[in-house]
Amino acid sequence: MVSDKDVEHIAQLADIGITKDDLREFTVQFNAILDYFDILDGVTGEEQGEDSLCNVLREDDGTPSLPQEDVLGNAGSTEDGFIRAPRVM
Amino acid sequence: MAVQEIPWTPEDHYNAFITICGEAPAGKTGRLAGVPVAVKDNISTQGIRTTCGSRILENYIPPYDAHVVTLLSNEGAAIVGKTNMDEFGMGTTTETSAYGPVLNPVDPTRVPGGSSGGSAAAVAAGMVPMALGTDTGGSIRCPAAFCGIVGLKPTYGRVSRFGLIAYANSLEQIGPMARTVRDVSHMMEVITSVHDPRDSTCRAQPYTHIPQSDIAGMRIGVPVECFGEGVDLRVAESVRSAIGVLEGLGAEILECSIPSMAYALAAYYVICTSEASSNLARFDGVRYGPDVDVKKVWHEAYRDVRMAGFGTEVRRRILLGTFALSAGYHGKYYTKAQVARQNVCRDFTRILSDVDVIAGPTMPTLPFRLGEKTDPLSMYFTDILTVPANLAGIPAISVPCGRVDGLPVGLQVMGRRFDEERVVDVAYAYEQEVQA
Repeated sequence: MVSDKDVEHIAQLADIGITKDDLREFTVQFNAILDYFDILDGVTGEEQGEDSLCNVLREDDGTPSLPQEDVLGNAGSTEDGFIRAPRVM
Repeated sequence: MAVQEIPWTPEDHYNAFITICGEAPAGKTGRLAGVPVAVKDNISTQGIRTTCGSRILENYIPPYDAHVVTLLSNEGAAIVGKTNMDEFGMGTTTETSAYGPVLNPVDPTRVPGGSSGGSAAAVAAGMVPMALGTDTGGSIRCPAAFCGIVGLKPTYGRVSRFGLIAYANSLEQIGPMARTVRDVSHMMEVITSVHDPRDSTCRAQPYTHIPQSDIAGMRIGVPVECFGEGVDLRVAESVRSAIGVLEGLGAEILECSIPSMAYALAAYYVICTSEASSNLARFDGVRYGPDVDVKKVWHEAYRDVRMAGFGTEVRRRILLGTFALSAGYHGKYYTKAQVARQNVCRDFTRILSDVDVIAGPTMPTLPFRLGEKTDPLSMYFTDILTVPANLAGIPAISVPCGRVDGLPVGLQVMGRRFDEERVVDVAYAYEQEVQA
């Protein structure tokens, strides 16, 4: 069982705003969905790595990339070729 | 390459498009010279806005093309528009789009399926002969079935995902949608023609197949689970009769069982929401999206942008995924889901070592009415027959197999990894036989 408080806490962790109405609805829905997820308790077996897979890595060489102007083109706020972000503190 | 402008100003009666390009440049030569092609709006197109069906990317204009878009353009195709979709691909009806629902051209009071509902509707309505969709848990096959067209979800790793704005990377593939198996096959050939080192999960294995209708002697497995509880009896009957047609063509039909399917849906939703919670963290209004208020403290700023920009289903899935990965619950949900996924893979490997392909219904029901399904869990249940192929990474096609009360039914054919050729042949053999 998850409570309103749990959902509010998760919303905070995920930086997702949540209204009071949303909170009530999400909590009811989450409990129904998580009840269904309980079926996974019946799954047997151990988690194993996939033998047939291997990492494909490239050399860390510099290659031409997008022009700075294009990269900054979608940012809302830029300054001197940098992207401005909200304050951390 | 010689260039021509393709004027393309159709009336969009079904809200299939989010962006229509008006005049699209096309090549005069190439395998798709001058062919208008629609592209789902979560596939990046340089200079053409790409919204993912979300408000948060309403004004996002990618500075580069997805690999598949480059390949289509190189073969002369005209990218005529970007198709409507469930927000970030999260949905089964296209009703979660921030740009309004898509209507099903077969019956506009019904949903077209999702999440690639705009691509399916554009093809079904005859606006374009072919379109690209993407499939995380059935998002190509479901709308193909509901709109009465053909859609192929390729093997995981057969088509480059570079430039795809995926919400669950371990599951999603880009694939072709068209009115005929031949066109789907043709488009598949183009989008796999040049290997892409920028997608490290992509294997260099081009598809160069010409569909063959001779399936005599082919072994086709029919899982009992695909006709179980929740499957509309009329749908089941249509699909069984389609399998009868395949038998009439000389295929051997063998009943089989996929016991792990009992856990597939729960495993799928744990995995896809977990991946979504991490993947969608980047939509915070800093590098793209709406202008973040840089004067606010970052948590507050991000929260406000994401609350205004994300719809309900996206927020629900981000929250579910965050919960499933959180301390104390990771083992109960995420780890168990990975084991269940592994069991699904093993079941398919076992069955597909005995049979060549597996056949059953694509969707358990007929297309729903718009607004009919409001409860998320009951919506999730409708993906029950399509998610196993994504968990196992195997190819799966949906081909129309008749109608019930005028509404289309889809036959799903799944095959071995990197064996799209055989899956296509079975769909082609069926299509040719019923058309004859």
